[in-house]
Amino acid sequence: MIVRDAVWQALETVLDPELDEPITDLDFVASCTVAGDGVATVRLRLPTFFCAPNFSFLMVADAYDAVSAVEGVTRAAIVLEDHHASREINGGVAAHAGFAQTFEGEAVADLAELRRYFLEKAVVAGQDRVARPLADAGVGPEGLAELTLGSAPDSPALDRLRQRRAALGLPDDDDAPLLIHPDGSRVSAAQVPLHLRRAQLTRLGIETNGEFCKSFLKTRYADTAGIV
Amino acid sequence: MYEKNGEKYFVVDAHMHFWDASRENWVQGREEYAKGWIDCFYGYHQLAPPETHWDWEHYLKVSEEDLMKDVFEDGHVDKAIFQSTYLKYWYKDGFNTVEQNGSLLEKHPDKFIVNGRWDPRDGDAGIHQLEEDARRWNLKGVKLYTAEWHENGSRGWKLTDTESYRFLEKCQELGITNIHAHKGPTIWPLNKDGFSMEDVDQAATDFQGLNFIIEHAGIPRIDDFAYMAVQEPNVYAGCSVVIGALMHARPKFFAKVMGELLFWVGEDRLTFGSDYNIWTPQWQIEGFVDWQMPDDEAFSDYPRPTTATKKKILGINAAKLYGLDVPAECQIPTTAGEKMEPGEELVKDIAGAQA
Repeated sequence: MIVRDAVWQALETVLDPELDEPITDLDFVASCTVAGDGVATVRLRLPTFFCAPNFSFLMVADAYDAVSAVEGVTRAAIVLEDHHASREINGGVAAHAGFAQTFEGEAVADLAELRRYFLEKAVVAGQDRVARPLADAGVGPEGLAELTLGSAPDSPALDRLRQRRAALGLPDDDDAPLLIHPDGSRVSAAQVPLHLRRAQLTRLGIETNGEFCKSFLKTRYADTAGIV
Repeated sequence: MYEKNGEKYFVVDAHMHFWDASRENWVQGREEYAKGWIDCFYGYHQLAPPETHWDWEHYLKVSEEDLMKDVFEDGHVDKAIFQSTYLKYWYKDGFNTVEQNGSLLEKHPDKFIVNGRWDPRDGDAGIHQLEEDARRWNLKGVKLYTAEWHENGSRGWKLTDTESYRFLEKCQELGITNIHAHKGPTIWPLNKDGFSMEDVDQAATDFQGLNFIIEHAGIPRIDDFAYMAVQEPNVYAGCSVVIGALMHARPKFFAKVMGELLFWVGEDRLTFGSDYNIWTPQWQIEGFVDWQMPDDEAFSDYPRPTTATKKKILGINAAKLYGLDVPAECQIPTTAGEKMEPGEELVKDIAGAQA
């Protein structure tokens, strides 16, 4: 495979942690090139100048790790553009400094907890994506409570939910219940209505934020942004 | 006042500004922040119907005449509440200070209410300023922006900070009962989610005598906001941005977000704000009065707004918070029967996926 294509594939695994979508789908990758000596240069852009620095840092750091691991890449240069903390973030990631060290005096820890918090939201939202069509088709609370990952119909939403659960160390095998509490325990039939009500809201929150981000990016980079 | 199909609506614009983002007001050496800020706002502006869009230059600063025409003459607003926002780290004289807003109040005392602001990092000087502002402008509310950058190097604060509680106590003492809080992205410590609602939850529990109006309904954490609001009776959702950014540009998302707010927070705790001059009020008010929850199955979980719902959101709820008299012809006729409290369905376990 051409190295540039492999780099792009690597970038497809990098998620906006808050929106739970790949940065490639979000059009956050402004450019991606690989020079003859194997140096990969990726320029990232975000919807606003004031996007939260912690999420921004995670995307730059994840892109750095993913691109560095591509065979044929000798060095990854990830450049976040047009952001109030571009200088700190680009420098910190290039120096493998970690978030707490990059923002010394402003942060007290690295970002594992933040990442986990949003993965948990993604798992809640993902349950709505899989269960909502079934509920609409007439499956009641008892039926939904009994469903397992293996018995739910195959769909991209189900694959995505399994991946997020695996990332959190939550059960992701075929026998694991589809509807679970944050600790991985089964949601009872009586708890299903409120559980799904909350899942629906969590999903709406994430997806509404995604709509905002896409709109702002389109306005900000009106000449080049391709998303609609 | 707005009238449609024989119904009269008393309109309180509970979240608006008279800002100065002009180049002359940019702090030297921090121009990129000043420009970055207003560019963000301009991104929101693009979500309005195209015929209401302004060019960027006009957007930087409107005149008093523009504001009076946009808000009152064309905009149907009866009473407008200025939410003073300082941002002096990059706007020399502030974005819209109590003094700037107060200059309009002095000329049109029957049209405006001016809300103050405070920043816990200002310490004793801030307390004295709040006392002075409260006396001078008869403050009944304040706007708090937790992501404001400070000259001491800090890029945010929380409502639960020790110093913040001093200011909240002072508000209670001064009769400033309406705390409009807006969460922004940068906050101490930077590794936490700056938009988190936890501090609002705690402060609302600890200060039962104050009302916490969470602007933009907690967006981008509307889920955390709604779970919190259902448990805190003194928490309100400010609907600015919800209507302005979604009603025209993303109507399906708008219907769902309104549906969730009506379900979790309830029609008695939602307030309208145009967020002028991010957007003008006219299209928002007219559109909201005409709006209805779609008939589609996907929206069947949500309460359907009535004329009474819209009257409450557009003015009656905010009038209660600020002690304003609502003209008799705009009141809601009282109906018999107990209304359901938000969240009651959950307690009774009848909410959710009724398949």
